[in-house]
Amino acid sequence: MPTKKDIQDLYFMDARFKLLEIASFLDRVDRHEGDADFRHPAFSKALEAMQNPPAGTTRAQAVHLAFSDHSSEPAESAGIQFAFGAHNETKNEGAGV
Amino acid sequence: MKYIEPHAHMVSRTTADYQSIAQVGCEALCEPAFWAGFDRASPQGFFDYYRQLTEYEPARAAKFGIKHFCWLCINPKEAEDPVFAREVMSLIPEFIDKPTVLGIGEIGLNKNTKNELQIFEEHVEIAKKYDQAILIHTPHLEDKLKGTRLILDALKNANVDRDRVIIDHVEEHTAPLVLDAGYWAGMTLYPESKCSPARAIDILETFGMERIWMNSACDWGISDPLAVIKTALEMKKRHHSPEIVEKVIFDNPKEFLSQCPNFSL
Repeated sequence: MPTKKDIQDLYFMDARFKLLEIASFLDRVDRHEGDADFRHPAFSKALEAMQNPPAGTTRAQAVHLAFSDHSSEPAESAGIQFAFGAHNETKNEGAGV
Repeated sequence: MKYIEPHAHMVSRTTADYQSIAQVGCEALCEPAFWAGFDRASPQGFFDYYRQLTEYEPARAAKFGIKHFCWLCINPKEAEDPVFAREVMSLIPEFIDKPTVLGIGEIGLNKNTKNELQIFEEHVEIAKKYDQAILIHTPHLEDKLKGTRLILDALKNANVDRDRVIIDHVEEHTAPLVLDAGYWAGMTLYPESKCSPARAIDILETFGMERIWMNSACDWGISDPLAVIKTALEMKKRHHSPEIVEKVIFDNPKEFLSQCPNFSL
C-alpha cells in the first residue's frame, strides 16, 4: 500500500488547489452584496467538523453529517424535487425546503 | 481491462458513448429505470420507456458487443403522486419476463416523503411477488442520510433477502450503514456530486472490497461514461493489484448480478 508520502505525492497539489477554491469561494460570498442563506452557516459548520471530527468519525463523514438532515420522520410532501446540498435547519419539515 | 458497468442511463447517452465504453473493456451494462429529467405526463410514457429499455437499448448495445440489461420501476422523483405511480407500476408485470430484465429498480426515495416511502414499499412487494432482485436509489446530498435510514427500516420490515438487494449511491457516511446491515452497496462516480474516484477508493480501503460495486450512473446530467475505468486506473496508482481491481469492477458486479436469472455474459 502507498505510504503517507506517496499519498501526498498523488493528491497534495489537487487538494491544495481545491482548498484555495474554497477560500476564494468564501471570499467571494463576503465580497458581494445581500445576505447569504442557510447554506453559508452550514458550510462553516462543515469546515469546523472537518477540522474537529467527532470521535470515531472520519473527516469526510463529519462533513457529510454537518450537511445532513438528521430528522427521522418522513416528510408530508416534497416541496421541491432537488437538493440544495445543505439541510435548512430553520425549516423542520424534514425534507429540504 | 474488462469491466461491468452496473448502473448507466444509456437512453440519455449517444451511440458514441457505447463505442467508447466498449473500447475500454465494458462487457455488460445495466440500466435502471430512472427520472428522465422531466416528469412524464402519462403512464403511457413509461410504457414506451420500458420498451426502450427492454428492446431498443439491448439492440443498440449489441452493435458494440456489450450485453445490455435493465431494471424496471417508477423512480422516486415521479412517485410523489401515488395514483399515477400505481398506474405505472401496473405496467411492470407485462415487462418483467422480458429476457434482459434483472429486477426492480432503481426504487428508493428522493425527498423522503410519506408517498415516496409508500410507493417504495409497494415496489418491494412487487419484487418479492415476482422473486426479483432489487436495486435502490438513495437520495441526494443532505437527504441521503435520512433516506438511507428510512430505506433500511422499510427493508427490515419487509423481510427481504439481503443478498439480492443493492443500495446504491453510498458515500462515506452511508456505506457502513448499508454494509453492516448485510446489503450490497453501490458507489456512484460523478464529477460534481456523490463520489470522486479518489474518495471511492478511500471507501473501498476503509470498508473493504466485499459486496460493493462502482458505477458511472451516466445520464443526461454532468456525468462520465468512462468513470468506472478511470477509477480502476486510479486504483492502480494507489498500488492495488490487478486482481483487486478486477474484483471490484468485474467480479463483484458479476457475483451480485448472477443472482438474476436473466443475467449472463
